[in-house]
Parts: sequence; structure tokens; C-alpha cells
Amino acid sequence: MASDVGTYVKPLPAPSPVTQPFWDGLREGVLRIQRCEECSRHVFYPRTVCHHCLSDRLEWVKVSGRGTLYSFTVVRRAMNPAFQADVPYVFAIVELEEGPRVTTNVVNCELEALRVDMPVKAVYDKVTPEAALLKFEPA
Amino acid sequence: MTLKRAAAITGIAEMRPTRSPDGKSTLGIMVEVGREAILDAGLSRQEIDGLLIGPPITEMVPMWPAHVGEYLGIHPKYEDVVDLGGASSTGMAWRAAAAIQAGLCSAVLCVTGEASDVETFYAPRARRPTQQLPIREFEAPYGPMGVNSGYALIAQRHMAEYGTTSRQLAKIAVDQRTNACANPDAMYFGKPLTIEDVLESPLVVDPLHLLEIVRPCTGGAAFVVVSPEIAKRSDETPAWLLGAGECNIGLTLSQYETITADPIAVVAPTAFAMAGVAHKDIDLVSVYDCYTITVLITLEDAGFCAKGQGGPFVEEHDLTFRGDLPLNTHGGQLSFGQPGLAGGMSHVTEAVRQLQGRAGERQVQCELVFVNGNGGIMSEQASLVLGVE
Repeated sequence: MASDVGTYVKPLPAPSPVTQPFWDGLREGVLRIQRCEECSRHVFYPRTVCHHCLSDRLEWVKVSGRGTLYSFTVVRRAMNPAFQADVPYVFAIVELEEGPRVTTNVVNCELEALRVDMPVKAVYDKVTPEAALLKFEPA
Repeated sequence: MTLKRAAAITGIAEMRPTRSPDGKSTLGIMVEVGREAILDAGLSRQEIDGLLIGPPITEMVPMWPAHVGEYLGIHPKYEDVVDLGGASSTGMAWRAAAAIQAGLCSAVLCVTGEASDVETFYAPRARRPTQQLPIREFEAPYGPMGVNSGYALIAQRHMAEYGTTSRQLAKIAVDQRTNACANPDAMYFGKPLTIEDVLESPLVVDPLHLLEIVRPCTGGAAFVVVSPEIAKRSDETPAWLLGAGECNIGLTLSQYETITADPIAVVAPTAFAMAGVAHKDIDLVSVYDCYTITVLITLEDAGFCAKGQGGPFVEEHDLTFRGDLPLNTHGGQLSFGQPGLAGGMSHVTEAVRQLQGRAGERQVQCELVFVNGNGGIMSEQASLVLGVE
């Protein structure tokens, strides 16, 4: 499902030192997010402080990639012209089984089959040689 | 600590929304409505000693209070930019009252304006590169449709959790359009709407239809908040600030504890308690309506009905100016237009207009109004209770 090299015109992540390990993980096909060493809760998006307890001791851990579809919408008119060829596409929030929620796209699913809270699993869409995006498909 | 009767709104001004700027600049709009609001309050420029600006969405300019103040010859002793999205205007009202109560100033001009159309509103964002803000880095690659997709996610989950239907949401747009048809200044004046019209309009971001989504346009609004001393010698009926509350839970939808409830549940009780009034005392509900779902969830979380019962509630009540629960009698932003942050201010100006008995054909018997401003994606909330006594 990789897109053509050089023709990808959609927004790409601009990783910072804080967020780089997350994006590196996706490129390797691994979902890696942060967990607080003090309160043990998972944290996403990547941060320098835990938003549960304000600890600055965050470690990177591999998570399952399983979750549920917290909510979704079918975008039928793109705001960014780069997405126009993709409409209708699914813009969604997935709740990881470890707790955090992520913004994403649902792929490999008929629009009529989409249901709130349906089980989903991670797929890694290598959109350019340098960047992979975290997407989900029905589990 | 209370702000009850710390200040009152005595003057308002509002530009009739237009589809495009027609040669007007944002600054030009702000000074036009600013001047009219000062005159409406019966004051001179020298008596205005406070200035609050809601920053235009499509023109990010540093030091807006200086630009507006200079143009109008105002030298404010209290000034700020109140950057709370759609909650900016209700946020400005209580900040002005707090500054007056603290003795910093006695007459605060609050201004919003936007010179844009649908094209300019959406275009700059489309071309903006992904920035190192979490909401951009972790959302933009997935193709959000501005905030439209965020409200669609909220509506979808609300339907799944509570059984809310598109027909119930459409009823809100229809009742508000009936109100707009009694407001010659509304963008959709003279264009009545049926539930079928809404449901047959194109799906833009499921489950939201085109006619459930606000239209960006050009316009501006202003109001003047004054001390009790100035209010008492005003020719117009003062709209007293009786209660206020504010809370924000972020901006990125994936970070909220839940997306089907919002901080109005904290904010509205604060405002009601400060005012010492109950929901049954409210004559007009003037609440932010960027989408139909915004109104429905606001009614639930502000306590006008039980959580999850917003759908049946809007079906059972007539929300028009002739109805048992008048709501957004100016048409709401859905039918009046959304000229940037002036859209949020329209809920304040309409409340004042109704309290002062200046609402014309759509006038309701009105002594007490609940006003809500909503910013971000139902994440930034500021509520007011305004009343004539």
C-alpha cells in the first residue's frame, strides 16, 4: 500500500527529537509509544512530561497495535486538495487497548461496515521511503 | 468572589454578514463596529478606557489592540487579545467586568471582525505545512477537514452512545432558520428550510450534512461593557452580567477524556450559581452553533435536559422565537453567518438586543438570557447569564 515515491504531496510528520522514536517505530513496522515510569500509564502523543502525573520520566515501550474504533467520519470533501483524490476516506480516532487514543485513517474496510467501537488493528503505511503513517483496519 | 452585577453591557453594534469582504479590511470592519458600539452606549471615545480584541482567524497580526485603539483614538488602560476561538466574546465580557470590578477601568470596548469568504477561510490552512504542534504533527497527515471532521467525530459517537438521529439534529437547523427569517440582517433571511432539505443536502463529513455546517463569511460585531455607575445613567436598558464561567480542556480531540460531553458541564453551573437563577427562569438560550451537534450537546451539558436526551428534547420543544424555548433568535450562526469570531459575538449581541427590547419581529418576553461561547472543538467554553435587573 506504499504510495509512489516522489509523488506524495500530503502533509508529512515533521518529527522533533521528542517524537522521533514514534515515527521511527512506524517505519520499522512497530508501534512504540511512551509509558510513565512513575505512574505506569501510557502516554500519547509523545511528550516530555506525563500529563497524568507531571513526571518527566517517560520510557518508550512497544504496544499491541490492537484497539477499538472510538469514532469515525467519512470525509467527502477534502479541505487540503492533496486529499481530494482519496475522497471518500475515513478519518478516525482509535482507542488503543493500552488506553491512549490516536487520530488515524481506517483502511481496508467498506464504509458501510464501519461501526463505533469495532475492533481494529494497526497497519503501517509507508507513504515515502522516510515516513510511515499509523493506520488501522478491521481486526 | 463574584462578578454578579459588577458591570453591564449597554451598547452593541453588528455588521450585516456578507459572503465576501467587498473591499472591506478586517481593521476597517473592527473600527466600524467599534465606533457604532461606543455611540450606541452613549459614550465618547475619551470615556472608553478598556479595549479587548478577538483575533481575526485569517489575519494573524501582532498587537491588534494597538491598531484598533490608534484608529479610533482610544488610549486604553486595560487591553488584551482574548484568543479563545468561539468562546472569545463571552470570555471578553467577563474579563471586562472583572477589570472594571478591580478598578482598572470603567468602560471596555470588545471587538471582533473578519474580512474573509469561504475560499480565503479554507485556503491558507490547506497550504500551511505541518508544524511541530502536536495537533498538526499527529492529525494533519491523516487529512482532517478543518474542524468539520472533529465535530463529525463527536456527532458520530453521540449517535452511537445515545441514539441521536440526523432528523433530530436537522430540527435545530430548521428552527433556527425560522428565526433567521424574522431577522433581515441574517445571511439566510427569506430562505425557509425543512427537515427534508437538511437531510437531502450533501453529506460533507458523515454524519454531518452541508446544512448542518456553518458558513464562513465577512462581518464584525462589538459591545461595550461599563461600570454600574455608567450603566445607571445609560439611556438603554443595561444588560447586567449576573453570572459567568469558563473552562478549557485542550484542542486535540484524541486527548479528551470523552468527546460526547464537554466542559459546559462545569462552566454553566458556575454561571447559574453566580447569578442565583435556575434553568426555568431563562427566557432565551443564545448558544454557539457552529454545527447542529454543538447546540444539542450544549443543551445537555448546560443542564437544560438530561445527558443523552438532547435529541428527544429538541424534538419536543419549539426553539423558534414563538416557541416554548426560544434559542438563537437571530438565526444562530448556521443561518445568520459566521464572520470569524464575530459569529461567537452574535450570541452576545442578540442577548443584549432581546434584553433591551430591540429585536423587532422576533422579540421575545425577555429578562434573563443564558449565553454560551464555544471554541476549539467543544473544548473551550465560556458561559454568561445576562439579565435586565
